[in-house]
Amino acid sequence: MRLSVPSKIPGLPVLAIVLLLVPIVLNDEFYLDIATQVALIAATVVGLNLLVGYAGQVSLGHAAFFALGAYGSAILTGTYGWTPVPALLCAALLVATLAWLVGRPILRLKGHYLSMATLGLGIIIAIIINNEGWLTGGPDGIPVAPFSVMGFELSIFDEYQVLGMTVSGALAWYALAGVLLLLAVWIAQNLIDSPIGRALRAVRGSEVAARVVGVDTSHYKLLIFVISAVYASLMGSFFAHYTGFITPQLATFEHSIELITIVVLGGMGSTYGVIIGAVLLLLLPQLLTDFHEYEMMMFGLILMLTMIFMPRGLLPTLSGLLQRSWPRRVRSSGQED
Amino acid sequence: MHAVPSQNDPVEPDEEKGRRAGADLAVLSLSKAFGGVHAVEDLTFHIRAGAIHAVIGPNGAGKTTLFNLITGLYQPDRGEVLLDGQPIQGMAPERLARRGMSRTFQNLQVCMNMSAVENVMLGRHLHLKRNFLAALLRWPSLRRSEQACREKARELLRFVGCEAYLEAEASAMPYGALKRLEIARALATEPGILLLDEPAAGLNSAETAALERLVVRIADQGVTVVLVEHDMKLVMAISHQVLVLDYGRKLAEGTPEEVRHNPDVIAAYLGG
Amino acid sequence: MFAEFLQYLFSGVTTGAIYALVALGFTLVYNASHVINFAQGEFIMIGGMATLSLLGMGVPMPLAIGLAILLAAVLGALLHQLAIAPARQADVVTLIIITIGASIFLRGLAQVIWGKEYHALPSFSEQESIEVMGAVMYTQSLWILGVTTLLVLALALFFTRTLVGKAILATSMNRQAARLMGVRIQFVVMLAFTLAAILGAVAGAVASPITLTSYDIGIMLGLKGFVAAAIGGLGSGVGAVVGGLLLGIAEAMTAGYISSDYKDAVAFLLILVILLFMPRGLFGSRVAERV
Ligand SMILES: Nc1ncnc2c1ncn2[C@@H]1O[C@H](COP(=O)(O)OP(=O)(O)O)[C@@H](O)[C@H]1O
Ligand SMILES: [Mg+2]
Repeated sequence: MRLSVPSKIPGLPVLAIVLLLVPIVLNDEFYLDIATQVALIAATVVGLNLLVGYAGQVSLGHAAFFALGAYGSAILTGTYGWTPVPALLCAALLVATLAWLVGRPILRLKGHYLSMATLGLGIIIAIIINNEGWLTGGPDGIPVAPFSVMGFELSIFDEYQVLGMTVSGALAWYALAGVLLLLAVWIAQNLIDSPIGRALRAVRGSEVAARVVGVDTSHYKLLIFVISAVYASLMGSFFAHYTGFITPQLATFEHSIELITIVVLGGMGSTYGVIIGAVLLLLLPQLLTDFHEYEMMMFGLILMLTMIFMPRGLLPTLSGLLQRSWPRRVRSSGQED
Repeated sequence: MHAVPSQNDPVEPDEEKGRRAGADLAVLSLSKAFGGVHAVEDLTFHIRAGAIHAVIGPNGAGKTTLFNLITGLYQPDRGEVLLDGQPIQGMAPERLARRGMSRTFQNLQVCMNMSAVENVMLGRHLHLKRNFLAALLRWPSLRRSEQACREKARELLRFVGCEAYLEAEASAMPYGALKRLEIARALATEPGILLLDEPAAGLNSAETAALERLVVRIADQGVTVVLVEHDMKLVMAISHQVLVLDYGRKLAEGTPEEVRHNPDVIAAYLGG
Repeated sequence: MFAEFLQYLFSGVTTGAIYALVALGFTLVYNASHVINFAQGEFIMIGGMATLSLLGMGVPMPLAIGLAILLAAVLGALLHQLAIAPARQADVVTLIIITIGASIFLRGLAQVIWGKEYHALPSFSEQESIEVMGAVMYTQSLWILGVTTLLVLALALFFTRTLVGKAILATSMNRQAARLMGVRIQFVVMLAFTLAAILGAVAGAVASPITLTSYDIGIMLGLKGFVAAAIGGLGSGVGAVVGGLLLGIAEAMTAGYISSDYKDAVAFLLILVILLFMPRGLFGSRVAERV
């Protein structure tokens, strides 16, 4: 069964419309703040999903790449006085190099051993960030300069004049995050629909089958590991500029788990599914704050129940139900894209 | 010991454009053990280019292991494998695919997370442009080549008799169709040599008859076919040569007629 | 010099024994069901915290520990029955997330019941420490080592001498064959979860006089136990014990001679290095994958 929404629905325009509707319906600093963070994390997990959902390689340490992007930007702009764009590109390049170097040996591991190794890698990076205070500010964290392009600064505390309208900094940031998410999805979908994407899915489907028809599976695993790390790094950089202050919390095992949970919850191998996963998982704590001390318990319980009753994730399960009720229409779709 | 096979074995002229000429394969003193089990032991034989060469033997005789050794999934303990005279033992499967080796599996290896057509398109991997930037930016040339690839895959599905499954998801296909899907995927690589591991297992008699015709048609195109099969009627009907394995060793070798009358083979098959 | 080394060794072997118990729990569950139970660490927390609050209610120590273990055992069985068994068909990653959900739930529950403070259990023996060749050894360390040794022996006997133990072993080796021989797989898996929970709770109860306990200690201890199990090669009982001790000693030596800041990194560095050279751990089976 295909793990995506019925392919007749053009995902990207729908996503764009939803992104446009959010600030119209909820034009409020508080909601925009959440929406901006959700969009950045969603873009991150769209990248992670390429690795986990499509290629079937589990990473339990992906937050480390996110944090490295964030700290890379913070340190290059803060300590070394770079402007944000070269800084985040340089950070992404460093993360790509690191992912490439460690990915080569690590990705030979299979199943739980791979999970173990990525988990180990992530925690080591988290500990380094925590301990090397001279560079990273240590457990207390460090401030990050606002994002700017060619002298034009984007800060949530400012207001901007666009076509005669006054746009709050929060809204401007939300727009940037929305564009980033759309770009992230567009690139991910392009990749998936290409021979490279097919090779990746085959790694998950049957690695031997892929190999005997000539797919250099280790090459593709490494490629997608690096790509998903770059996704995380770039979004980490933007996240750092957005929040203006980062702590080692970004790199922790808990944060890695949060990222992988979003992927599994939304639906492995479903780009739009993981976006929905990001929305739900990040909104859940907001909804649960009313439960005060029971928040954590409720969160664990909901997570458990969702995965037990929808093991394939939210979107694939729901679209599966839809397909069952309208088998005709869905069957006749396909292959156009 | 056999000599290295000579290069002037007859090779049928290649009719269809683009398909490479059938490859010949020599196996020299090949051995592989798992713990104490000698799955393949000191095995030597030669497969002529363009032939249908059957490998038979009881369960556990080492047929699948032999395939895994030839196709690079296992490393041999000793011995050589020569493809068109070039040593290939221990070479990774993905490199062997570039040299025109392809195979199917006894235990299905189909990507259940993809459609039937996509599985076959996967087989075209080496023949496609795989430019990374073009993929990232959805270059129009890539779109066109994908469309052509899809057409080719559909054609192959029809060729193997899967015309009913052109739109199907692999996970929704019956066993017999999946076996043919694997053949279509293997053919998509445009192989010089194709190894089929028990393609008729689990098929009914009509499906087996169709498979028989299919294998003959593949061989007619000049592809060397190595066939592991338990269905003796099928084996005897279409093979040029038969190799009989027992406990990893060669028990007999020859034309179907010779093998049928070989006393060792009769003893092994009847005596248990 | 030597006294210093001995001091680190004592402390390493002590934590190593705890890791070994946790790793054995992982191994048991993994063998029976091929699930990595990320909630394993929470049973350590429950063992310590439940003992503590029972002591607070005036229950004598041995009974308190027994009841805490019983509570963990029940929770372990429930975890399997309610969360793992209904999702057996799911993807491995999905099962991982389910156990993570369970661990968050248990942690949340503990936080509601016991709050967020750190607590220490009293040492089991009156005398807190003894001196051995210039090094200080906590008497609690002896308790930990003794209890670990006893449990390891008991487990060894259980797996070689009892029918149930053999059934678990058979299931881990070949599920299909075991089923055909009449082993009730789901029962065996539940038993493995229960036993693992018991091991965790015992570890938690004996360790808390030294390591302190709070609602969130399960995360790190669980991860370290997982690392120990993977060092030993997931699924090997001997491997789990060796992996645990190795890890404990390596940590103590690093903290002593190199930097205590990087003590927690040792486990994860060790596992990376070991997996690079031995992709299936120290004692993992090295079979060629079948196709
Ligand atoms: N990966 C493996 N690990 C251990 N033993 C194997 C492996 N592959 C095959 N064997 C053993 O090698 C022998 C030959 O098996 P196989 O090649 O599958 O036989 P066949 O295909 O002729 O039925 C059998 O005894 C089998 O158990
Ligand atoms: Mg076989």
